[in-house]
Amino acid sequence: MRLELGKIFIKDVQFSDSTRVENGILYINKEELLKEISGDERLKSIDVELAKPGEEVRIIPVKDVIEPRVKVEGKGGIFPGFISKVDTVGSGRTHVLKGAAVVTTGKIVGFQEGIIDMSGEGAKYTPFSKTNNVVIICEPVDNLPQHEHEEAVRMVGFKAAAYLGMAGKNVEPDEIKVYETLPLLEQVKKYPELPKVIYVYMLQSQGLLHDTYVYGVDAKKIIPTFIYPTEVFDGAIVSGNCVSACDKNPTYVHMNNPIIEDLYERHGKDINFLGCVITNENVYLADKERSSNYTAKLVEFLGADAVIISEEGFGNPDADLVMNCNKIEEKGIKTVLVTDEYAGRDGASQSLADSTPKGDAVVTAGNANEIVILPPMKKVIGHPEAADVIAGGFAGSLKEDGSIEAEIQVITGATSEVGFGYLTAKGF
Amino acid sequence: MIKVVHYLNQFFGQIGGEEKAHIEPFVKEGFVGPGMALNAAFKGQAQIVATIICGDSYFAENEEKAKETILEMVKQYQPDLFIAGPAFNAGRYGNACGSICKYVKEKLNIPVVTGMYIENPGVDLYKKDLYIISTKDSAAGMREAIPKMADLALKLVNNEEIGSPEEEGYIERGIRKNYFAEERGSKRAVDMLIKKIRGEEFKTEFKMPDFDRVAPNPPVLDITKAKIALVTSGGIVPKGNPDKIESSSASKFGKYSIEGVNDLTSETFETAHGGYDPVYANKDADRVLPVDVLRELEREGKIGELHKYYYATVGNGTAVANAKRFGQQIARELIADGVQAVILTST
Repeated sequence: MRLELGKIFIKDVQFSDSTRVENGILYINKEELLKEISGDERLKSIDVELAKPGEEVRIIPVKDVIEPRVKVEGKGGIFPGFISKVDTVGSGRTHVLKGAAVVTTGKIVGFQEGIIDMSGEGAKYTPFSKTNNVVIICEPVDNLPQHEHEEAVRMVGFKAAAYLGMAGKNVEPDEIKVYETLPLLEQVKKYPELPKVIYVYMLQSQGLLHDTYVYGVDAKKIIPTFIYPTEVFDGAIVSGNCVSACDKNPTYVHMNNPIIEDLYERHGKDINFLGCVITNENVYLADKERSSNYTAKLVEFLGADAVIISEEGFGNPDADLVMNCNKIEEKGIKTVLVTDEYAGRDGASQSLADSTPKGDAVVTAGNANEIVILPPMKKVIGHPEAADVIAGGFAGSLKEDGSIEAEIQVITGATSEVGFGYLTAKGF
Repeated sequence: MIKVVHYLNQFFGQIGGEEKAHIEPFVKEGFVGPGMALNAAFKGQAQIVATIICGDSYFAENEEKAKETILEMVKQYQPDLFIAGPAFNAGRYGNACGSICKYVKEKLNIPVVTGMYIENPGVDLYKKDLYIISTKDSAAGMREAIPKMADLALKLVNNEEIGSPEEEGYIERGIRKNYFAEERGSKRAVDMLIKKIRGEEFKTEFKMPDFDRVAPNPPVLDITKAKIALVTSGGIVPKGNPDKIESSSASKFGKYSIEGVNDLTSETFETAHGGYDPVYANKDADRVLPVDVLRELEREGKIGELHKYYYATVGNGTAVANAKRFGQQIARELIADGVQAVILTST
């Protein structure tokens, strides 16, 4: 499977009378966009605002971040199973509006939504302070059940990203990157001397607003399976999560999975990257056992010498991470784990809920409990009072002057467990 | 000039060996023994004004009293810095250095530094509270340890930023701090993976703690013949807590006879545990240590017999190293007494 990813660099976003990309500026016809994403009777109102890097703007509570992409050549379309039919994606050519992002906000769904600050201390922790954000504010009708609320907002985000992505369809990209993974036996033959690597991609699936979807299927219900890395770049995996903001993978991060990108960087040089095994993080012990058994079996079956395993979330999924590590290492296959830590506000507590001596190679995205003070912003898009209730916040997090004292857990993408960010921790 | 008080045991204080381990704390002006090298290592920036010497056994057996006495001695000199040891692998000395450093730091709010070998039991007990310079296991490591202790101590007094354990030479305190790395996490993961594949040296960013998992024993075949013992971390002790087991961070366990005891009452037993609401345990300690029920089962012939001693400690912030040591000692005694099964109760 071969995918050309054409990146169109977006340096600014502005409202205009038509939606188009010109000279690196994404112009948006707001009316047309609203028309495109409206129609769900579960939502009382939808509005759009823009938030750009460096502005004194806070977005809260953030549900998802999505990158505008469009399929230019090859089968299927972006977000198969949601926006497009379920054709297999990941080959041909896809255009990306690199530097733009859709951010969904509005009344809080659950407790676990995030904050994006476009400047100040908080901006250092979120990758989405560097993107030109098209913020979609969705307010639900009264008494809408939470899971319906989540679904309605999720779909609006995908629709907006797909709509904006279309603006890049006929634009010549600034940069084209080619990614290719062959069918297994051919791929193995292509670099017979290089160590074979698989990426074990754990998807948040604890349920109750902690969900991830693969081609439209709830990941709770999958048996671990193989996926070509390039399928992910076309939005085959999307987020339906209201889990802690710092270490969930927003849809944007799935589409740009940095472990896949960085494995491709060494593909054909130092390693032979065979592809991804996706697995889930269900809450029942039998599910954990089955999924980790299956994952280890698949990794062995595919002939891997080594794997990177990334977790999504914390606490309960730490058990899945440890099971995957143990069972894969027991087969003589080397592992590197990517996780984050919950070591308490003082950093002195036990970081993970489970542990294994076999996990001797761990990359950490930092301690999510560390406290940060976010300065007041001139403009807040959304509902600032959510700061007191989102995971990582506490009663009194939101100060009278508009500043917020909270754990970095509240910041979208702060401790990305696919290593999207630079934050890490060390022992003192 | 920065004023320093130094703490030593009887051996390093040049009083004598084990036969002098009972001596009470006393003060000498200026430096003593290893204090000479320490004083020199300060390179004129600080000076040892007094040395306090105390026997290891005395400190261990009279910890509270010793701490008070030593604190008073330290106060007289109004020091800016307190240093103890290094204790290398001497267990009681390590505990004393850790304990007195922690106390001085709490009460006088001045920087404290000590030094120990990584396996000294004092390390697990105090590394979270203190900077403990990592030393060799014997006094042969003195020359290496002293400059590190002096450097770190001066940095603390001067409020300079303290670097990582590797940079400063102290034992990792288990405190995690965030920072921004030069490469993103995914790149660091791929780099680490390639090193691991090639068998090259790599450094994990998070060392997984080694959980001591115990495989369960096979079930007792005939419980009606078995001799059963009770062991608790719920702090149940005879009224008055005869062994003075600490309410938190226990350093010992107790062994108590329940021969002829059919029921624990509020007159006879209580809990020493400081980590839970003790009201219901004090009213009826059987709630934590079920002697009454086991006596009934014994009478009914449903178990062989209840062992005549029970063991108790307080599982409240207790260091894993201590808990492990208690467990090993208790297990040895139970096996020697022919006990076949144990009911462990926690709170």
